[in-house]
Amino acid sequence: MRLALLADIHANLEAFRACLDHARDRGADRILLLGDLVGYGADPEAVLDLAMTLVADGALALLGNHDEAVLAPGTAGMNDMAAAAIAWTRTRLSEAHRAFLASLPLTEEEEGRLYVHAEGSAPAMWRYVSDADAARRSLEATTAQATFCGHVHRPALYALGETGKLTPFRPVAGAPVPLARHRRWLAVLGAVGQPRDSDPAACYMILETGSLVATWHRVPYDVAAAAAKIRAAGLPLGLAERLFVGR
Amino acid sequence: MIDGFTVAGVRHEGGMAVLYDVTHPAHDLPMLMKIPRLREGEDPAAIVSFEMEQMIMPRLTGPHVPRFVAQGGFEAEPYIVMERIDGEPLSHRLRALPLPPAEVAAVGAAVADALDDLHHQNVIHLDVKPANILFRPHAEAVLVDYGLAHHETLPDLMAEEFRLPYGTVPYMAPEQALGIRSEPRSDIFALGAVLYQLATADLPFGEPQHLKGVKQRLWLDPMPPRRRRPAIPPWLQEVILRCLEVLPENRYPTAAQLAFDLRHPEQVALGTRAAKTRRDGWLTVLHRRFRQQEPVARRLATRTQIAAAPILAVAIDFGDMTEDLAGALRNQVQKMLASRPGARLACLNVLKTALLSLDTTLDEHGRNRHVQRLVELQHWARPLGLAEGRATFHVLEAADVADAILDYARANLVDHLVLGARASTLQRRVLGSVSGKVAAEAPCSVTVVRRRGGD
Repeated sequence: MRLALLADIHANLEAFRACLDHARDRGADRILLLGDLVGYGADPEAVLDLAMTLVADGALALLGNHDEAVLAPGTAGMNDMAAAAIAWTRTRLSEAHRAFLASLPLTEEEEGRLYVHAEGSAPAMWRYVSDADAARRSLEATTAQATFCGHVHRPALYALGETGKLTPFRPVAGAPVPLARHRRWLAVLGAVGQPRDSDPAACYMILETGSLVATWHRVPYDVAAAAAKIRAAGLPLGLAERLFVGR
Repeated sequence: MIDGFTVAGVRHEGGMAVLYDVTHPAHDLPMLMKIPRLREGEDPAAIVSFEMEQMIMPRLTGPHVPRFVAQGGFEAEPYIVMERIDGEPLSHRLRALPLPPAEVAAVGAAVADALDDLHHQNVIHLDVKPANILFRPHAEAVLVDYGLAHHETLPDLMAEEFRLPYGTVPYMAPEQALGIRSEPRSDIFALGAVLYQLATADLPFGEPQHLKGVKQRLWLDPMPPRRRRPAIPPWLQEVILRCLEVLPENRYPTAAQLAFDLRHPEQVALGTRAAKTRRDGWLTVLHRRFRQQEPVARRLATRTQIAAAPILAVAIDFGDMTEDLAGALRNQVQKMLASRPGARLACLNVLKTALLSLDTTLDEHGRNRHVQRLVELQHWARPLGLAEGRATFHVLEAADVADAILDYARANLVDHLVLGARASTLQRRVLGSVSGKVAAEAPCSVTVVRRRGGD
């Protein structure tokens, strides 16, 4: 089975569609959306409609911190730009959208693989796996052979060996990495809708479940269109500008 | 019997793994099965290194690596099945050292070709030594054992798992002794140590038993090869000592450039390395030891580094070229060299020989023609102002100009060919276009320079 794992779509319809097309061309059998469908971007309704259709067709969707934030009052812990986008997003969503977001689980586990938006040891705490220590904490708190998460917006891979050593690795786009079975792995997906590793192209992963080979892909999309919508919606300009530089 | 492979017998028992001859009805080639030693108390590095080999080998292609056939994971019996290379390893020739310089150069060029191919596949071998170098029947070198290798698009489990540097002490580059595993020129250093051994019958840095001894090579220079064997020509000493430079940036920038020098000894620019008659004095060594310039880990990917030091070749056809076109060609080459300080330039001219007549170049007139062409090539290149050794000049004698250029590009791992379009359209119609044929068949990029509107 060939899975397409997408995280941090952030209401960026152009990036979302580009990744879905890319994955379909590569024969992806199943779509997994690992949280943060909304926030930052200007297309929350369209992105949620598309996600709901995909889920109805068998896709998995998980809850992210931005998804949670639009459901609850307040925006504790968010910066001004993120908070402004959340407040704006709340005004856009229908009851059906809210009900869909409220139904999303924090984690899902299948065949030794754990999917989570932020971090495995405490999924609802929304901690970032941005270094080896954080990866170790997540890996040591769970039993899954491989954990897949988003939230950081920068692709990364951590390998935990039998001797307890943790190897961090920065995946190269398009280069397949076999996740050997006797080792434990934590894979951080890059962001579909708001990459922050200086590459503006959308990032997602294709995973072969048989051989457990993971490939991060970078997909160029119409950044100008996504940015224009952010400006037109009156969202903070910085949210549009960062898309051009991947920051 | 393992996964359909019939084990025929033990081929070789190594320290970290055992090699078995195997057969399989679905695979019609001689094959080896490598099984790691995983007994209690074995070095955990053996396991990790086997894991690395399992990740890297399926990615490798081409004639310079054993073909990967199959593998089994650690869930059951871990193994790798690969093509068996039946040629002798270079280690078998260590009994009859020193080798004559021409043979050292031939072996070195073949191994450098293999390293160039490997580096283009994002892999640094990090254990180049005679036992890991084999040859195919038509003399192509094959590098085996990827247990210590570094692949730039795969996690490097060896790097994180162990603090000690792994490698083979006599051939290990100084930066490798410091734990750096991302430097492709470490392989060039190791090959330099192998060439030193082949040429002198001695190891350049002996066989230190401790890491401290290995690190000596950061400041203690090896005995110049010619001091050990005066019969070694200065150019070979120049090449070997350049490979063995402490700082990677002072070595050959690419394996292809090393192969080029080994194939064109007469064109090697002789510098202080060639002239060295003894080790550096104690004061110099002391100075180096305490003001040590240590190699630092690189940030550039191997492919990026290789791309910055290409071999360019420009083919110049004096008979057919106007001053205007010669200038345009030079202009083009200058632009290509300007952005890449590591690039070198081979200037080619083809001296046509008649297919059926006697070879005229053997007579006085022919020799004069050859020399005249060389002089003209140098004259053409003079305005480029290239440092000695950066440009080389080659008069090729052949019946077919395009074939001569193509053969040269293949044999010398040329990255980019530049040539002028033949001026006269009538001649092009009759003889066919050299640039057209070269562009269609070249193993590399080709730039054809033509004046707007034609001459």
